[in-house]
Amino acid sequence: MSLISISGLEKTFRSRQGANYTAIRDFDLEIHEGEFFCLLGPSGCGKTTVLNIIAGFDHPTRGDVMLDGRPITGPGEDRGVVFQGDDSLFTWCSALQNVEFGPRLRGMPKGERETHARKYIELVGLGGQEDKFPVELSGGMKQRIQIARCLANEPKMLLMDEPFGALDAQTRTIMQEQLARIWHQNETPVLFITHDIDEAVTLGSRIGVMTAGPESTLKGIVEVNLGDERRRTDDDFMQVYREVYDMIREEVLQSLSREDQEEAA
Amino acid sequence: MSPAQVSATRPAPDGEGAREAAWTTLKKTANLYGIYAIGFVSLFVLWHLISVYLLSSVLFPPPLPVLSKAAELIANGKLFEHVGFSMMRIAVGFVLGSSMGIVVGLLMGSFLTVRRFMDPYVETLRFIPAVAMITVAVIWFGIGEASKFFIITYATIFIVILTTAAGVSSIAPNKTRAAQSLGATRTQIFFLVTLPATVPFILTGMRVAMANAFTTIVAAELVAANHGIGTLLWESRLYMKIPEIFVALLTLALLGFTVDRCFRWAIFKFAGRYSPVT
Repeated sequence: MSLISISGLEKTFRSRQGANYTAIRDFDLEIHEGEFFCLLGPSGCGKTTVLNIIAGFDHPTRGDVMLDGRPITGPGEDRGVVFQGDDSLFTWCSALQNVEFGPRLRGMPKGERETHARKYIELVGLGGQEDKFPVELSGGMKQRIQIARCLANEPKMLLMDEPFGALDAQTRTIMQEQLARIWHQNETPVLFITHDIDEAVTLGSRIGVMTAGPESTLKGIVEVNLGDERRRTDDDFMQVYREVYDMIREEVLQSLSREDQEEAA
Repeated sequence: MSPAQVSATRPAPDGEGAREAAWTTLKKTANLYGIYAIGFVSLFVLWHLISVYLLSSVLFPPPLPVLSKAAELIANGKLFEHVGFSMMRIAVGFVLGSSMGIVVGLLMGSFLTVRRFMDPYVETLRFIPAVAMITVAVIWFGIGEASKFFIITYATIFIVILTTAAGVSSIAPNKTRAAQSLGATRTQIFFLVTLPATVPFILTGMRVAMANAFTTIVAAELVAANHGIGTLLWESRLYMKIPEIFVALLTLALLGFTVDRCFRWAIFKFAGRYSPVT
């Protein structure tokens, strides 16, 4: 059985003028145990909408969204969410207190949860930074604290919404390597939203490409069989890159021309 | 060179370095507080110069007679009596107004229904200056302490409500979402996210409200009271005791300054490291 199973998903937003905007239509997706699934699409295609629905922040207009065979009704501790920006961190808590947050909610005793949290801070490579506050940490560190905070809660899966989108190119590359390492150690399944093909090919075990909005759907899925050590310059890496690129190019062009039309109008 | 020799030659430059560091810190501190102190002293110098050379008049006494009058009023205990009454009234009203304001503000910020229900109250009553409420306060509660507590509560509560509610609504939605995804219940979100995230706003609101409380208590005591800084001002005016008036004014300035500094310190202490509000 799939971990996440989405069928016939449709999401319509009502705009302020009263007109309806259908962001997603006829969207089907299965995410399995132990996989790193990248959802890729042009900007405005509704990738984040899909993630928000799986996270339980948003509700489908139509269709079924199931986790372990049960419908998702709201946010829950079984799905850890890593947000793009750093505004989800609790600024009044130290790095350690941020990571302890989940265990603390469940009433884990102080000593135990501290040891537990330290383990995950070590895992994301931030040992020694426990007592710093978010404002004292760099962008990359803050994202790693977010990841540690989710993992310390031991969720069934991680939902990541362009978590490295706001980082500079060098930091992003390092973060991708670290995330790959963490995922190999931890094996928590991941749904990773991105618009960066390179990032998707670097990280994903499968890559789902979405069509341009409105009424986006899943265009196709590319299986990535590249193993653990991936180098951007390897031939097989380039091959997967090209395959995904050909798939998404058309969609990006379409989304651009739509933007142009909107501007003209 | 043996290790012993190395360590033997080290202390001299190290000691010098430490001395130099201490000297730099001292200079920085002197810069920080020195200029501050000079500013303060210049205030009195300017006052002296203006009152002696520019506006020489019995109606505008120079600082020295005022300070000696202050010393006299401190010695006979009168000044502290007045200050004590005013501060007690401010303290009671301020604590009442702030605590109610925090609760109402948190509720208004958290629940749309409460906000809609309370909006007509807050958005109309807050435009009636606390000073204007002195009239009804005296009619309702007499000239005793109760009317002062009421007025100061009134002067405090709306500012605290507004800043607290604004603080709650400015919490990034992702913070709440993150807490939900970590398994937090509504109650847990309230106490572990909403409340701590709002603290800097609450403190800032209280700081502004405190300034308002000062203004209001003096006005209230001018109108109806037997003790307090406002009474001291009013009685001194009646008997044309000019230095006493200036003692009262100076006391207000220094008290306000001190209380506000305490607030700034508290805001920095509790909220400074995670909030740009200071």
